[in-house]
Order: sequence, then structure tokens, then C-alpha cells
Amino acid sequence: MAQPGIPAARGAAAGLQAQNGAASAAGSPYTNGPVQNTLMSSSQGYDSQLPGSYPRPMPAKTLNPFSAQSNYGGSQGSGQTLNRPLVASSPLPPSLQSGPVPQMPLPTSRNPAATPMPSGSFLPGANPPPPLNWQYNYPSTGPQTNHFPHVAQPTLSGNTNLTADHQYVSSGDPALQTSFIKPGSTLPLQNPPLPTTFQPGAPPGPPPAGGPPPQKTPPKAALPPPFNSTVTQEGITSHANNGSVVAHSTYDEIEGGGFLATPQLINQNPKTSRSVGYAYPSLPPGYQNTAPPSVAGMPPSSLNYPSGPQAFAQTPLGANHLTSSMSGLSLHPEGQRVVNLLQERNMLPSTPLQPPVPNLHEDIQKLNCNPELFRCTLTSIPQTQALLNKAKLPLGLLLHPFKDLVQLPVVTSSTIVRCRSCRTYINPFVNFLDQRRWKCNLCYRVNDVPEEFMYNPLTRVYGEPHRRPEVQNATIEFMAPSEYMLRPPQPPVYLFVFDVSHNAIETGYLNSVCQSLLDNLDLLPGNTRTKVGFMTFDSTIHFYSLQEGLSQPQMLIVSDIDDVFIPMPENLLVNLNESKELVQELLKSLPQMFTKTLETQSALGPALQAAFKLMSPTGGRMSVFQTQLPTLGVGALKPREEPNQRSSAKEIHLTPSTDFYKKLALDCSGQQAAVDLFLLSGQYSDLASLGCISRYSAGSVYYYPSYHHQHNPVQVQKFQKELQRYLTRKIGFEAVMRIRCTKGLSIHTFHGNFFVRSTDLLSLPNVNPDAGYAVQMSVEENLADTQLVSFQSALLYTSSKGERRIRVHTLCLPVVSTLNEVFLGADVQAISGLLANMAVDRSVTASLSDARDALVNAVIDSLSAYRSSVLSSQQPGLMVPFSLRLFPLFVLALLKQKSFQTGTNARLDERIFAMCQVKNQPLVHLMLTTHPGLYRVDNLSDEGALNINDRTIPQPPILQLSVEKLSRDGAFLMDAGSVLMLWVGKNCAQNFLSQVLGVQNYASIPQMMTDLPELDTPESARTIAFISWLREQRPFFPILYVIREESPMKAAFLQNLVEDRTESALSYYEFLLHIQQQVNK
Amino acid sequence: MEAVVFLFSLLDCCALIFLSVYFIITLSDLECDYINARSCCSKLNKWVTPELIGHTTVTVLMLVSLHWFIFLLNLPVATWNIYRFIMVPSGNMGVFDPTEIHNRGQLKSHMKEAMIKLGFYLLCFFMYLYSMILALINE
Repeated sequence: MAQPGIPAARGAAAGLQAQNGAASAAGSPYTNGPVQNTLMSSSQGYDSQLPGSYPRPMPAKTLNPFSAQSNYGGSQGSGQTLNRPLVASSPLPPSLQSGPVPQMPLPTSRNPAATPMPSGSFLPGANPPPPLNWQYNYPSTGPQTNHFPHVAQPTLSGNTNLTADHQYVSSGDPALQTSFIKPGSTLPLQNPPLPTTFQPGAPPGPPPAGGPPPQKTPPKAALPPPFNSTVTQEGITSHANNGSVVAHSTYDEIEGGGFLATPQLINQNPKTSRSVGYAYPSLPPGYQNTAPPSVAGMPPSSLNYPSGPQAFAQTPLGANHLTSSMSGLSLHPEGQRVVNLLQERNMLPSTPLQPPVPNLHEDIQKLNCNPELFRCTLTSIPQTQALLNKAKLPLGLLLHPFKDLVQLPVVTSSTIVRCRSCRTYINPFVNFLDQRRWKCNLCYRVNDVPEEFMYNPLTRVYGEPHRRPEVQNATIEFMAPSEYMLRPPQPPVYLFVFDVSHNAIETGYLNSVCQSLLDNLDLLPGNTRTKVGFMTFDSTIHFYSLQEGLSQPQMLIVSDIDDVFIPMPENLLVNLNESKELVQELLKSLPQMFTKTLETQSALGPALQAAFKLMSPTGGRMSVFQTQLPTLGVGALKPREEPNQRSSAKEIHLTPSTDFYKKLALDCSGQQAAVDLFLLSGQYSDLASLGCISRYSAGSVYYYPSYHHQHNPVQVQKFQKELQRYLTRKIGFEAVMRIRCTKGLSIHTFHGNFFVRSTDLLSLPNVNPDAGYAVQMSVEENLADTQLVSFQSALLYTSSKGERRIRVHTLCLPVVSTLNEVFLGADVQAISGLLANMAVDRSVTASLSDARDALVNAVIDSLSAYRSSVLSSQQPGLMVPFSLRLFPLFVLALLKQKSFQTGTNARLDERIFAMCQVKNQPLVHLMLTTHPGLYRVDNLSDEGALNINDRTIPQPPILQLSVEKLSRDGAFLMDAGSVLMLWVGKNCAQNFLSQVLGVQNYASIPQMMTDLPELDTPESARTIAFISWLREQRPFFPILYVIREESPMKAAFLQNLVEDRTESALSYYEFLLHIQQQVNK
Repeated sequence: MEAVVFLFSLLDCCALIFLSVYFIITLSDLECDYINARSCCSKLNKWVTPELIGHTTVTVLMLVSLHWFIFLLNLPVATWNIYRFIMVPSGNMGVFDPTEIHNRGQLKSHMKEAMIKLGFYLLCFFMYLYSMILALINE
């Protein structure tokens, strides 16, 4: 790629185009290494601890014919793209993977888990996909094949090695077969001594032409012992020494465990290194300077190579490097400034706040992960825990790993290069010691570069591992081979569970849902395997048989809610394509079916149990719609809210009242099913208990208080928009995420909707692009001997097209040793976000008032630490580092946020929903809901406007959230993330009213106005351009409310003005005074 | 009679020691990723009540048989056990909750607790042994 890295989501359109252009021009940007390399790769890449002991096996030229043919992984060639259907009416840019991603039939015939293999026969280096590569070349492999690959294809049997593999896979081409059968057949496992000479003069020709020369066989045959250990370390199939295969039963191993995950290998490692030492006694002249023969026999970890050839373009991330980066401090000159908040009150920048840039050398920084995806509260990591404690700032990461990306490099590689001990994926921040070895930046182990990795598919140059896309992009997606599967990728399964009690019918939600579903049925992410099912419940549970051939859906009622069972084994979950008519018919008739119901009870618990039973063979997504407190069967709840006690911060029920939902959620999680809860309830429904079902199964919660189809059109519209986004957004199934960090750092607390299955493995039955996660970290060991630390999150998931993919983000940050630097690098938004997460935990485990105190103390403590340890002269006033100038403001905003506010206006369920949102939202949205943006829009001008694709987007300055910024003769737009509010002042200019709102005068603004008319005036065009630009930046569609003096929404608008005093909370200035008092004590 | 009381305490204490060791092993298995949080916690929660009963029985027995010193020694641990058992939030799946155990260093504190208890039970074991022998000699 011409320009690596994920560009910022907005404002980089030009860059994107260039990149995409480059990708398509390159033809096959991310193909894996040359096909011919297979054999050598097996012999060299993994086998050799002494990289480079073979001369470079082939000139780059010979590779070209192949790579030119192969078009997978982001090339334009193969027809099917992964782009999810987008909401039709939404003005979002195509937000998913940029590249046309070929629909890839998963690697066939290699299913280690299912295939018994003697030790050593499964060669990770070799097995992967040269065959795959070929396979993609042949159109005969239909992109629509949606079979379970392992099942459909002959599995790799016993001693077959890679070459035999070819036979199966690339059966379309006899030339390939013949060329590779030979080496395969001569494949005695342990015998031939490793050749010390490899004929460089005979580079293997392209296989179709003539096949590799026979002399290549020996190196291949020599691999087994080393490979044996490699395989095990892959963490996928553990070969015991006797050759039996242990298929792992959990995902823990699949994604790759930690250091201890594969204990049985330990005794094999010496063997590896021994054979290595034996195998490469002499070095070709070209590499002698890098690897003196004397160290040849030593175990890899103790190898102490001088650093690699200078030809390497990748800058070594070393000490000299960092010092040079210090001089080019990327902190803006203002960054060093100390601010007296009491004097300089207007600290809010008029443009959206940008995250601080880590103080790294620009070469590294330009490769770093986009802060929208991965960001750390402290962009300079303190060296020791003591230093961190002194700073009193939380250290943690905020992630948005599955965000819809405009541009995402996808690699279809046969070998996914990972560190052999900590299983880190190779990333831009690893250190290439020389061409053949890289040093892991997380555990510092020296690893070999596999042969295939030596070839760069982008430039088609051999011997440039450091130019590979994996090493040029901090965010990258791999197509995972079958080792990353425990079972064939599951089909997308969607089960909808509707509450049809009297209360539910009253709200009229069923109409909206069914209509929405009908409209979006074809847009549900999925493929020909997509399955859907429907259930309804009141005091009994109703199933719907959608068997193909039935003239209409058949309803089956289970009234025994104490012991629920599935009335028929099949046809409750049906293939959407095959039974589309029936599904549509059901959706049309469903709203009418229960109109006369008098049943008021709700057996949610049993219904969920039934749904779980229905889903457990496949896993998938359950969408549960509930409108009241569950009253029957297991999981029945009692009302706990006491309206009179709303105001007091104590004694409110934030904890679940039963563990039923948690247990069920964990069961669901175990079966890869996630539960999304839509709560549309007027009364108290104990979201604290119900929410557990989504929280631990990695679902999401949606709450529409007082939903009613007639009385509350605002909620109806919001519900419809969100439902549409929900149905059509990208989804990942049976996912796990692991977050690794450099040795010395450790993660101790996790925030978000998931189940932490083992120390660092998050189990996510479903992952969606609107979910964010946060973790807290501590510094376990002194980081003095390292200048850089890295964090890597790897999300392994099954896409709705049935591909197994791994999305990897890597973030690299500098380590600092002084308190001042720690403060300078603080990321105030991330800190506030993490504090909000911690405060939610605190309110649940302790109490709300504790959480509020903790938030305030966080500000006081860190600012006192700054005052006492960093500032030399004790000036009066509230001195804060520039980086934290907005800290008090954001914390005050948090205190006034629905989750943590005091006062009578927060209903318990709304508060708990707000807390769920804090935990589950990505940081950007959390910050917008906490501290909305306020713009004056009645005098928009083109001054300073952005120009994107011929559209002029005015950029009004962001105003402070205070009534004093409002004026009666203006109109103000508040962007609170999920809603936009346009407040129109009483004396607003007539011009604005008529040219933008399209009304005669102020009085004729409709009470309920949610759309701006498209008028043919420049004012209208500007306003609409600005609003749609705001909307484009987020995946969902925020609704615009026009608010005038007596609108019901006005209270919500005013409540967001966080700098003002309210009945129960301080104004910003008072808050600053309070902080100052505490700090200067 | 004295000897019988101590013999019983001794056996009970043995069981508690085994239980503590089991707790430690299971928790360290979790720490090392050998088992997942769900199975670890369900294993451990099963044994929380037996431990509670076992220890409370000895404590009460000491009170009844008027061994004040040993009773007072046991009292804090017994109180802690009961407190911990009662204070489990209603939404949790027991003293060990799989969704919480990896958060806020809970695993470490559980581990520490199990270690301290093991030490304490060992101490008690020798004390009971000594007292039993003394009682036997006196008879």
C-alpha cells in the first residue's frame, strides 16, 4: 500500500482514495508470499533458527507470474465484497471494509482439530496456503460456496504434509498436482539429514510450468522435529509426543494462550534448537556478519545477534531513536503550559478536541493505531507503579475494536506471523534484527521470519519483510485459516423474541418491529446460510414453525413454563432464503394475532430459557423485546423502585436482584449466543437485573422509556431508527478478544459487555461495531529498560459471510520517568471515559455517593499531585497542566450525567440504562453524551468551512455549555451523540425561521418538529450540510428535534448545559472553587 | 472426653487444610489459564458452605468445651467466613463470581485469603494435636 495506516475517519477522503487506488492498481495487494516458496518456507522459515543460512532462494522476478495471478485479500478481482448493506436512507458513507474482500471458501482440507495427525505432520509454516492461493485463482471455486469447508472436503489425513495437501485443494489444476506430488511422496518423516547446501542457482520455477526441482525435497523432509514444536505452540492442535492429537475444546487456546498455555511443549524446545544447530552449521557469506556461526547451536532466546543489516528501512525502535524523537516533541508548544483555570475560564477549544499525540518519533507515530480505535489514558506510560500512583491518574485503554472502517487492509496470508511465545501478531512496532529475525515487542523474544513473509505482495519484492502490510499497518485484518476454528464457522442466526402480553400490545411496538424487519429482511447481514426464527411469549411461550412447504406459519404453544422444551426439533429456525415468504407472512400477521389478548403476565425467564435451547446448537443473536417486569416462572422479579427515594444517592437498587439472568447469560456465552434486550416499558422493569442477560453475553441494551405508538412519537422514531441500524449493521459471531501488553504491564479490570473467560481473554458471542470496551492496567515491573511499550488487541470472529477473521490493532506508546511527562501526555477524554466506567463499578459495588465522591477525588488528587510534585512555585489559583485543562469540566459533566446525577428526575431504570451505556459505548459517543457540542447555527457562514466532495460544510465554533452562551435572537444546535437538538430563541431572526425552518413566524414552529425542510436557500443548504455532516460521523442516525420555548424537550436541552448551576449540582465555577480549596489544602 | 473433642477437631482441621489447598490449586489454575472462570467458580462455590460449617463447628465446639483461648483464636476467622457468606450481593453467583473474579484484583485477594487460611488451619492443626496428646497423657 502506498500509505499504510488507517486514516482518520473523516477529513482524509483524499488520502483514502489514493490508498484504494493504490490497492487496486497493485492488483493483489495482500497476497501472501510466492507460491513456490512453500517448500522452502517450510524448511527455512520455521526450521532455521539461523535465518539466512540459506542463500536467498529465488530472485524476486520468478515470483511475479504467480502473484499476478493470485487475487485475494483485498484485491479487486474476486467478485463478492463484504460490504454490508447500509441503511438505505442513511447518509453514511460506506463504512465497512473498504476493500472488496473476496468471499473466501475457507481453507479446505486442513482441519487439525478434526483430523488425527501424527506428530510433525502438520506444518504450520508449510501447510497454510500456497494451495489456498491457487485455489483463489481459479474461478471454479465459486465464491458462493458456503459449505462447511472441513466437512465438505477430504480432510488431511495422517502423514500428509503440505504437498499432499495441494493435491486435494488445487485439484483443478493437474499441473500443480504433479509438480508437488513428488516432494510429498518422498516425505519420510524424520530421516534425511538437513542439507547444508541449498541450491541457490536453481530457483524453483513456477509450479504450473514445470514443478519444483526434485532437490528441494530434502529440505522439506527434514522439518518434522522443529515443526512439531511449532505446531504445538500455535496453540491450536497439541501434539503430544506420541503423535496423538488433542483437539482443544475451548477458544482459549485457539486465539492463542499466554505463556503457560501449552505446557506440553516445553521439553520439545531443546530438540528444536538442537536440530537447528545441526542443520545449519555454516553460513553463506552474505549473512556471516549478522550471525556468527559460534552461536548457531544456542537456543534462540539466548541468541545475541548484532542488529541487522543497515539496509533495513524500518527504523529500529531504539534508544537513539527516542532521544531524537524527544527533540521533535510532537506536543504543541502550548502543551507545556500551565493553566490557571480560575483565570482562564474559557478553555474549551472551538473545534472538536483532538486526542493528544504520543510523544514518539514521527516514523513510529505515523504507523500508530488510530486513537478512535485504540487509545490510552496516558500517552506517556509511567515507568513504575510508584510513579503511576503518584500521578493519581488512572492507566487504562479504551477500545473500539470493531468500528466500521472506511479503509481496512485485509491480509489473506497462509502464515499468520505471530510471536512464538506470547502469540503476539507481528505488527509495525516489532524490531527486525535482520531479514530473518524479528524481536517481539511485547515479550522480547526473537522469532524467525517465515519464508513466505519475506515476499512483499505489495511491491512484489522479495526480502522485504519489513515492508509487508502486516508491518506497515497498526490495524489489520487477517483471514484466519482453519486452525483458528473449533468448529466450522457458524451461520448467521437471528432469533427474535417478542413480548405479546396485553401491555406490549398496548404500546404498539410490534407493528414497528415487524415493519422494520420486513423492510430490512434482505439487508440482514448474512449469506445463503442465514437462519431466522421467531418466538413470542406472554404467560406461555409460542413458537412458529416455518417449514418450507407450509402454506402459512404454524404456531406452537408451550404452556409448561416450569420445564420448557422445544416443541419440534427443526423448522423453528429456518433458512431465510428458503422460507422467505413464510417469514414475511408471519411478520405481516404477527401484529394482528394478539390484538385481543388479555394476558397480562410475562414469562420472560422461561422464554429466554427456551430461546437459549433453540440457539445452543448454533449460537447467534437473540433479540428480546420486553415491555414489563417479568412476573412468571424463573427469573420473575419484584418491583424495587421507591419513587420517594430517588433523590437520595443512597439505597437505590443498582445491583441485580437475582443471579438467574447472569447464569443464563453465561450459558448463552458458552454456546456463542448473545442476547440483545430492547426494553420498552412505561413502568419500572428492573433493568439492573434484566440487563445482566445482555451484559455477560456481549449483547446490547436498548431502552425506550414510556414507549407508545401514539402518545410518544419521539420514542417511536428513535426506536425505528435504532432498530434499523441494529438490524443492518455489521456483526461478528463467536468472537473472542485478547488484549496483550508489553511485559511489565498487566490488565486488572475490564469494562464492557462480555465475559472475561480467562485472565486476558474476553468471550464475545457477538461483536458489533457500536460497542466499546475499556480496561484498566497496572505497571507490574519496572519499565526502566524499555523506551516503548505496545498494546495489541486481537479480535477473532466469524463474519456474517462465514469467514473467520482476526482484526488486530496495535498501539505503541513511549515510557517516561518523570511525573511532569506523565501529566503532559494525559489524554483527558480517555481519562474521563475510564473514570466513568470505574464510577459505574463503584456505584454498583458500593454506592452512588461513593462513586460521585470518587470522581471528584480523582480530580482533586491528580491536581494536588501535579501541584505538589511538578510545580516548583506555589502560585495561587488552580494550576493545571494544559493536557488536563478540561478535566474538571468533564468530571463535572459526568456528575451531571444521568448515571451519576442526584435529584428526583432520574428514574432508576433510566439511570441504569445510562450506566449500561457508559460501559458499552465507545469513547466518542460517551464523551458526546456527557459533554455535548453546542453550536450557534443561525448565522452559519462559509468561513473556515470544510470542503468534502464538493460539499461545503460550515464549521461553527463549539460553545461552552452555559445558558450565558445562548441568546434569544439566535438558534443553537446541541449535538448530544444520539440526539441533535435545535433550540430556537424567541426572538430568532425572521430570516432563519423562514429560510431554514420554513415557517412564517416563531409561533408557527410545530410542537413536534424533527426534520428541516430542504429549502432552496443558502442558509438552509448550510444548516442541512452541517447537520448531515454531524450525522455522517456516527454510525447511527441521531434524530433532530427542533425545540422552542415551551417544548417538552427543553428540559433535556437545558439539562445538558453542564456549566450551569442546577438545583442539586454546582456550576462549573463553583466546582472549580471547590477543587481549588481541596487542592490547596 | 477432652481427647475426643480434640480428635474431632483434628480431623475437621485436616479436612479444612485439604480444602484450603484445593482452593489454592483451583485458583492458581485459573490464574494460569488452565480452567475458565465459570468452571473454577462453580467448583469453588460448592465448597464454601462445607468450609463454613466445618470451621464454625470447631469454633462452637471449643466454646462448648470451654477452651477459651482456642475459641477466641478461631472467632475472627469464623466471623469472616460468615460475613463473607452473608455479604454476597443478590446478583452474584456465590462468594466466587465468574464475572467478577478477574476484575479489581479479586483473584489475587481470594488467593491471599486462601493462603492465610491455610496457614491458620495448619497452626490450629498442631495446636489440636498438642492438646489432644496432652489430654491423652492426662487421662
